[in-house]
Amino acid sequence: MDYTASQSGFRQQPSTRLRNSSADVSDGSQLFEDMSGSGPGAYSRNQPAGPQAAWYAGQSFLSDPMSSLAMTYGSSLASQGKDMVDKNLDRFIPISKLKYYFAVDTVYVGKKLGLLVFPYMHKNWEVSYQQDTPVAPRFDVNAPDLYIPAMGFITYVLVAGLALGTQNRFSPELLGVQASSALVWLIMEVLLVLLSLYLITVNTDLTTIDLLAFSGYKYVGMIVGVVAGLLFGRLAYFLSLLWCCAAIFVFMIRTLRLKLLSEAAAEGKLVRGARNQLRMYLTMSIAAAQPVFMYWLTYHLIR
Amino acid sequence: MAFTLYTLIQTAILCTNAVAVLHEERFLSKIGWGVEQGVGGFGDDPGVKAQILNLIRSVRTVMRVKVNSQVRMIVTFLLQGVFTGWHIF
Repeated sequence: MDYTASQSGFRQQPSTRLRNSSADVSDGSQLFEDMSGSGPGAYSRNQPAGPQAAWYAGQSFLSDPMSSLAMTYGSSLASQGKDMVDKNLDRFIPISKLKYYFAVDTVYVGKKLGLLVFPYMHKNWEVSYQQDTPVAPRFDVNAPDLYIPAMGFITYVLVAGLALGTQNRFSPELLGVQASSALVWLIMEVLLVLLSLYLITVNTDLTTIDLLAFSGYKYVGMIVGVVAGLLFGRLAYFLSLLWCCAAIFVFMIRTLRLKLLSEAAAEGKLVRGARNQLRMYLTMSIAAAQPVFMYWLTYHLIR
Repeated sequence: MAFTLYTLIQTAILCTNAVAVLHEERFLSKIGWGVEQGVGGFGDDPGVKAQILNLIRSVRTVMRVKVNSQVRMIVTFLLQGVFTGWHIF
């Protein structure tokens, strides 16, 4: 019986193999003491060699030609699959363009967060260019990035879980529900903005990822509001949400004005014409949608 | 309002289906949105209405390439209940 156990231990996975072989070693030590006896004594002389052989074979199973062949084949399959995934993924999600949006550093993040909460003192909102490509966010505080929206989204989901927990309404599925609900609203907002940009035929260099970044900046205000509400009660929630809504409104208008409106209108002169009026309305409605979303996504967290 | 990604996909399918089903001569011409009336503006500023008409026409063209795409979409939508237990209805 111990013999068959050591044989089966030789064929299995390393962890169970080692476990089996250690069990055999302990049984072998017991059989060491039993060696003086009877019938099993003849087998027990081979028994101490058995588990030792199993142990050594467990250490060096890579020298077995079949398994080494299987390992090289498996690794070549894995690298092939990785190449295929890389090639196809680059077609759908432009990885190199995404890298630009994550090229941030601490100073930029700090300045941008301050700008999102207090945009009233900032004078120059233009994105600086370097030979026709926008400068990376590390060097220009006006450039959009995806780091703050991504972190803000994750923090929002966690803070929502915290807020629900203080009301004894928490369960782990609710985290997923909050996350997918916020994500769906984000996607719908970006799609609506894209649709309205198409309908009004605005010639702009705003990409989809830029719009995603701008829509993601409101998570910062939401987190501030919810945390204030958790710490200090409903009045603090409403006050801080009001402040952050006004700040995001001004921020969006000042940022989008440069991108959507024509040159003359962006500088403050009133330019008549149906097109510019439509563009102004579009800018206003995009900026006004942000506070609405901020309230909609957080009011059920503070009761 | 607990939206899920699944409801988003459903909404997208239903909206695309609705745009694909708009009949040209029975409906759009009656309210003055026919194809022959929308292509006029080649100038600098097509206008919102022309853009909407272009959008509807292009969605319909893309959908018509596949045969009976409407039937396909409705079948997809209804068959999801088989796998997920009819929780939508």
